[in-house]
Amino acid sequence: MAVNDPARLRAAEPARAKKGLWAWINERLPVDEFFRHELTEYFAPKNFNIWYFFGSLAMLVLVMQILTGIFLTMYYHPTASGAYASVQFIMREVSWGWLIRYMHSTGASFFFIVVYLHMFRGLLYGSYRRPRELLWVIGMVVYMALMAEAFMGYVLPWGNMSYWGAQVIINLFGTIPAIGPALTQWIRGDYGISGATLNRLFALHVAAVPIVLLLLVGLHLVALHRVGSNNPDGIEIKDHPGPDGKPLDGIPFHPYYTVKDVMGVGAFFILFALVVFYFPTFHGLFLEPANFTRANPLSTPPDIHPVWYFTPYYAILRAVPSKGLGAFLLAMALVSLVLLPWLDRSPVKSIRYKGWISRLALAVFIVSFVGLGYLGMQPVEPVYVLLARIFAVGYFAFFWLMPFYSRIDPVKPVPERVVYHAH
Amino acid sequence: MRINRRSWAPVLLAAALVGVCGASAAAEGPAYGSNWQHWQAHAKVSDLPSLQRGARDFVSYCLGCHSLKYERWSRLGKDLKIPKDVLVQNLIPPGQKPADYITSPMPARDAAKWFGKAPPDLSLIARYRGTNYLYRYLKTFYVDSARASGANNLQFPSVSMPDVVSPLEGLKIAVYKTVQEPGPGGKPISHQVFAHFQQIAPGSMTPQQYDRFVHDTINFLDYVSDPARVERRRLGVWVILFLLAFTWLAWLLKREYWKDVR
Repeated sequence: MAVNDPARLRAAEPARAKKGLWAWINERLPVDEFFRHELTEYFAPKNFNIWYFFGSLAMLVLVMQILTGIFLTMYYHPTASGAYASVQFIMREVSWGWLIRYMHSTGASFFFIVVYLHMFRGLLYGSYRRPRELLWVIGMVVYMALMAEAFMGYVLPWGNMSYWGAQVIINLFGTIPAIGPALTQWIRGDYGISGATLNRLFALHVAAVPIVLLLLVGLHLVALHRVGSNNPDGIEIKDHPGPDGKPLDGIPFHPYYTVKDVMGVGAFFILFALVVFYFPTFHGLFLEPANFTRANPLSTPPDIHPVWYFTPYYAILRAVPSKGLGAFLLAMALVSLVLLPWLDRSPVKSIRYKGWISRLALAVFIVSFVGLGYLGMQPVEPVYVLLARIFAVGYFAFFWLMPFYSRIDPVKPVPERVVYHAH
Repeated sequence: MRINRRSWAPVLLAAALVGVCGASAAAEGPAYGSNWQHWQAHAKVSDLPSLQRGARDFVSYCLGCHSLKYERWSRLGKDLKIPKDVLVQNLIPPGQKPADYITSPMPARDAAKWFGKAPPDLSLIARYRGTNYLYRYLKTFYVDSARASGANNLQFPSVSMPDVVSPLEGLKIAVYKTVQEPGPGGKPISHQVFAHFQQIAPGSMTPQQYDRFVHDTINFLDYVSDPARVERRRLGVWVILFLLAFTWLAWLLKREYWKDVR
């Protein structure tokens, strides 16, 4: 038989056996192959619980923010004189403008809710441990890019809290030794926060950072699919392949997790719609009262604080009397998270099999983080500052004592295979 | 009801009244208001008649100085179901069209000169200050001869705005009491705190009528701060019902697929 016998070629390459447009495309672009590799033959552990919804939900919110954001840019004016009025124009006169804007502003808060829950899942089940260190680090860079994106977006409506928030945050760069003052001026593009600052934050918010975010999220997914998902038991499903080479405790992502995630999307949108339609300001937490008045360089709001998702770090910043040290600790709070894969020395990954010391440490971390978040919204009073210092110590102790306590922690035996109860 | 287009009148009238009565603040009246910091506005944006009355009151008593520069007359008419002829005849000041934004005829530069500060635009005041703040503000004006306007306010001390609501509410004085507090070094320090209001001259409205006036006006300002609110709340129910049905179907589908997983 000839080497290029058509029948033999068809048998060897099933994709070619198909005819028509789809086959034509697949010969030139690996669509089928991609879906097979990433969805129908990508095996995920079968024991995912509710914590595993938040990764796909974060992607959903990202897409929603980009789509609603595109429509907002069609009417928004990135100038100091026009920004505030253009947001009011969107809210009052653009068809469905209020819905798009509330989806975008609520989306920002929900983005952080799902991302915080997604990160917490990683803490619970040790998803940052080998071989997923880089996956965690990329995720942390996504988180930081998201913080930058949210901060810039918060400035754009040009309310008074936008203005003063920008003032506080950009001035943090001034604490960097030697280059600080020149750097802040370079970032602002002016001697103070002004229209020039607003204009460049707009450019960064709608173009630069979203591109970086999409790229990083893509990398996060590539890294995930390289190493595979962790699971609530912290056991590698790849270590137990069946006779066909597929993991015994793995199930194809599609259809099992796509159909499950669609259910999660529905539940998410119910909560999201409740806020968008009934509590869009969320009692001043998502949209703050001080931002319903135009930016005014001559009138400082009585109590400046960032939106809720930044307040844990803001509380750390304010807990120390020196601004330079405060800014350093703020940066360290993020660096500590990045370094987590190398701080955890426990022989087990999941909290299910960790001992009481690790559980206590995680509890201290939760209380500290939530406590700092609350204190970051409160006015500066001696008792609050004292509490913020205690919680800041709790926050850092969780990370920097981890190399010690995770080693002496009395862990439980880890089962051979994942724990799963069929529904 | 015919609405007073010349919104200047109440301003001037109030200023005159405050001048006269401020000097003779000796008459006895009911005492109240010791708990003013806990007063609640109970704004209800779905109460259409209240919003309509509030629009009328705003035009009569506020528009002389304050604008709603992000809201158009036509939008107000549509949302509050005010017929166009009523809108044009009774609410829109001469020289303005339904498509115009609701702006005060008072020139901002003059206003700044007269009051020391230009009266703020009130489009978003209900969101900025909150409805309870506005309620307490409109109900805690009192006679204060030390102020140029003859009036002061508990919620907003040293406010520039004259007590334009006094023809309706009447005049009241603030009565103070002396309290002792331990100061530095254990020495007691005595200072004056607000005790209660005392009505010294009745207004054209009873306290109940005035309360409704304030309630309606704040309700209206609350509507203006977010005019899509009524539509939003109506639509939200259907969106959530759809999502509940969608999620239920998605759950059934998920359950069906996951029967295979053991």
